[in-house]
Amino acid sequence: MTLLEAITRAREQGELSALIEKIPYALFLGLGAELREGRVVGTMRFSPMLIGNPTLPALHGGAIGALLEWTAIFDLLYRAETLRIPKTINITVEYLRSGRPLDTFARAEITKQGRQVASVRAIAWQTDPARPIAAANLHFLLQGLSPADAPLGAVPPHG
Amino acid sequence: MGLDPREPDGEAREMLARINETFARGIPHNRAMGLQILSISSAECRGRLPYKPELVGNAESGVLHGGAITALIDAVSGGAVFAAMRRTTRVATLDLRIDYLKPASPERDVICEASCYKLTRSVAFTRAIAHHGDASDLIASSAGTFMVMSDPRSGVAEAP
Repeated sequence: MTLLEAITRAREQGELSALIEKIPYALFLGLGAELREGRVVGTMRFSPMLIGNPTLPALHGGAIGALLEWTAIFDLLYRAETLRIPKTINITVEYLRSGRPLDTFARAEITKQGRQVASVRAIAWQTDPARPIAAANLHFLLQGLSPADAPLGAVPPHG
Repeated sequence: MGLDPREPDGEAREMLARINETFARGIPHNRAMGLQILSISSAECRGRLPYKPELVGNAESGVLHGGAITALIDAVSGGAVFAAMRRTTRVATLDLRIDYLKPASPERDVICEASCYKLTRSVAFTRAIAHHGDASDLIASSAGTFMVMSDPRSGVAEAP
């Protein structure tokens, strides 16, 4: 299955696993995504290699940032009119609480989607979405707005 | 620039060995990424993320995932805070902004250079860039703020 087919299948059938398998970094980090009540929820399964502070212990800030970016990209792919992985222009992560050695979840909200750029807000939590451990604002460059514009040979930079 | 004007190379070398042991290899996620600290001086830290297939964002292109760049920049920026503080005390990232300027090239290591340009009693301010060895051709640019914990017993990787 090509990436394009995996994206199409994710959108049409809500079947996300084929898309996740295309992304080695997701397997490395233990990232996943599921649909809950029609919304994408990004997941990061706890594993000891995610620890950034062994004393507390707490999750590595980079891993939390990666989950937020991952969830925002997934939400855009699922929701927006794009069949190519959006290019991340920038991400600003606020770290609100230390991430405990637990599974972590995230969801994203498209603040604004223009023709070329989308603004997304994402939050990550562990046991209670009302007590987020981190939040991020992200900007994405959208490419390939229609399937015809989405040749698969093109390189999504950070997807 | 060394950590101690009297014995710059010796102390800088010792700090480098210690930070690689306690921070690059002692912190599970840094070790999993394969992070190496190349140099550390008065308020600067330089690190390398070796190219690894498992850090790739898209198997069809071989380009590293943005998350791997984020983790590299977060870690090396933290290293710059340690450098400015002259010790590896506990720091926590408060805020990190990363601008992605171009995709990392497949099969190439990424170098991150971070500096802690302001250190107060409780907050450290950092800047960082990431590239493949040419600082005029950037992959990413970043600004961060870190909380500095004053209690030495709470150290992540407290120096002996």
